[in-house]
Amino acid sequence: MTTETLLPVDPIAQAVAIADRGPASRPSTEPEPARAEPSEPAAAKDILIINYSGDLEKVWATMILASTSAAMGVKTRVFVTFWGLQVFVKDSKRITGETWMQKMLAFMQRPGISHRKLSKMNFLGMGPWMMGTLARKYGVASPRELLEVAQEMGVEFLPCQMTMDMFGLKPEDMIEGMGEPVGAATVIGLMTENSVPLFI
Amino acid sequence: MAVIEVSQHVDARGLSCPMPIVKTAQAIKTAAVGDLIEVLATDAGSVKDFAAWSQRTGNELVEQSVDGGVYRFVIRRK
Repeated sequence: MTTETLLPVDPIAQAVAIADRGPASRPSTEPEPARAEPSEPAAAKDILIINYSGDLEKVWATMILASTSAAMGVKTRVFVTFWGLQVFVKDSKRITGETWMQKMLAFMQRPGISHRKLSKMNFLGMGPWMMGTLARKYGVASPRELLEVAQEMGVEFLPCQMTMDMFGLKPEDMIEGMGEPVGAATVIGLMTENSVPLFI
Repeated sequence: MAVIEVSQHVDARGLSCPMPIVKTAQAIKTAAVGDLIEVLATDAGSVKDFAAWSQRTGNELVEQSVDGGVYRFVIRRK
């Protein structure tokens, strides 16, 4: 045997890799192999962002990635659920819901994309205010601006039906241009088809 | 150097990620196939971002240069 450098062979990793070579439709966890023609764009997958959080910094990440993904010509969907759903209620809505508990929740956490709090260093709104000031200074688009361009560029925002029911949100509470409410099965369906999922 | 006929200009100077790319993507939708678009940006990350964007979308990055912190990209619509 020569002393040439060989790649270390891990029998378990090898077995997993072989077992993973399923039908082409199955989403692969392996990195894309190097392409013969670098000028040819790789086959586009869709992007599916699950916007679970209502925190300012996470919503910002969702909006940056969603608008960029659409700008790169990738079909982009954002499933909005739980605290993330509050983000897509109209800014002008103050109290939403039917029951006192739903109303109380809306009161405690003001809905709307312009009323997001930071998950840390919120300091009664001082943190978000400083973030907004810094963002303007450095030419960073706000979540609200990014949401507008994302919608213009065809990003689909799909509200979670279950969360809408639980929070007592009605379609007229939500911003214009939202997609039809869907459920977890739609999300899983997209993930197992052609979508790269991101949970934010 | 051949004179380049640019049909559209995108001024993304002073804008941070992802706006230079987003504005370019919006502009390219209104351009005809083969048209050239000139983009000016000050975001240092845009050098790598425009390469990635061009690779993904297939729009050709014809020229790129930097002058005094201003990056210039010329893109041909696919």
